[in-house]
Amino acid sequence: MSEPHLLVHHDGDNVGVVVVENLKAGTEMLCVVTENNTDFKMTVNHDVPIGHKVALVDFAEGDTVTKYGQDIGRVVAAASKGDHIHTQNLKTKRW
Amino acid sequence: MTSNNSFHGYRRENGRVGVRNYVAILPVDDISNAACEAVANNIQGTMALPHSYGRLQFGEDLELHFRTMIGTGANPNVAACIVIGIEPEWTQVIVDGIAKTGKPVAGFSIEQNGDINTIAAASRQAKEFVHMTSEYQREECDMSELWVSTKCGESDTTTGLSSCPTVGNMYDKLLPKGIYGVFGETSEITGAEHLCEARAATPEAGKKFMKIFQAYQDEVIEPYKTSDLSDSQPTKGNILGGLTTIEEKALGNLEKIGRTSTYIDALGPAEAPEKGAGLYFMDTSSAAAECVTLMAAAGYVVHTFPTGQGNVVGNPIVPVIKITGNPRTVRTMGEHVDVDVSGVLRREMTIDEAGDALIENIRRTANGRLTAAEALGHKEFVMTKLYRSA
Repeated sequence: MSEPHLLVHHDGDNVGVVVVENLKAGTEMLCVVTENNTDFKMTVNHDVPIGHKVALVDFAEGDTVTKYGQDIGRVVAAASKGDHIHTQNLKTKRW
Repeated sequence: MTSNNSFHGYRRENGRVGVRNYVAILPVDDISNAACEAVANNIQGTMALPHSYGRLQFGEDLELHFRTMIGTGANPNVAACIVIGIEPEWTQVIVDGIAKTGKPVAGFSIEQNGDINTIAAASRQAKEFVHMTSEYQREECDMSELWVSTKCGESDTTTGLSSCPTVGNMYDKLLPKGIYGVFGETSEITGAEHLCEARAATPEAGKKFMKIFQAYQDEVIEPYKTSDLSDSQPTKGNILGGLTTIEEKALGNLEKIGRTSTYIDALGPAEAPEKGAGLYFMDTSSAAAECVTLMAAAGYVVHTFPTGQGNVVGNPIVPVIKITGNPRTVRTMGEHVDVDVSGVLRREMTIDEAGDALIENIRRTANGRLTAAEALGHKEFVMTKLYRSA
């Protein structure tokens, strides 16, 4: 398998993690789900730094973001599939 | 030569095995740092452990101070110990505590002696300890005799994908062989506390963990927060690395305990494990130096430290092994990295292979190979303080 651009922990997760440097908007990413080693292709909408997250689905405000198959917080600004997901649109439910 | 299942370590008087052979010069309190540093300067082969506290502490905070001091001196990586304090009474408490291991220890107090006479007397004793302990020989020990701690730092999303599961894989393989393990970082389990509770070996251990977790929320965060913890947890470095929320950070953090390992007890800070070989949770800060200092004081002799963005922490008495899977950190801060698992992100390396690479690095480190943090001179020794002194 060639080098993936994006890794997803669990099958049901709705975000993945960019694992290459200098990823540019419009790149068709090779995405791999680490849990079962399946892969899929998806286009990224923004320049996203290594380690940062990309939406795998369209998000509305109030939606729950799932990673590791677990709740990691709520969407605070709508985002489309392929968008950069970080502090501008995701916030903890804890504090 | 040692096999894959053994290493050469220093067997101490109480049967425990150390991987380093230090003569430590331990100050009881902040105002005895100068004398300890002078002794370490006089006598080659000794090491002073200066810190910021030890005066006017009381109650649980004082107990933690004594436990950390005694535990540090008692750690098997320390061959012999000089203790220097301003007053004889507290100095003797620490000397007596360390002496229970059977190792050579001597105390000196400064009051009514002055720094110069104290330094002279302590230097003469330190010189004798150096002559004696420098003749100690390493002997073959089974890997099961290692006590291996873990705590991650400057985490990012790559730690949850690679370096933390690498540590988890190591624990899943070495705990069944009979090592002692420990993880902590109480605040950094927020969002994954239900998963952590479920990883207890017994309902009793899980309840004890939850009590510690809840006490931190109720007794520290609630009374002291000024807004929320979003500016500290995740840290600015975590956020730069792509971590957005504490829940996300916590889930990555918990990858360090692997898939099959369960913890048998929840310990107070610097508390030595007493329920036999296996994995323990310890109530610690998530600040790297504080956490590693507490785990070293509990008797752990090697520390495994996953990092994403590149934490540089070390410890004076315990080798800290850095593991990273972030290819940018390998490129920009490679001198701090002991185990490069960036192949996991490229799908060139499995977590199983990464775990084996870490175990081999632990074995070599236990044999005496210096870690990056040791070679670079990182000796962060930081006491945990529970509240203001009297």
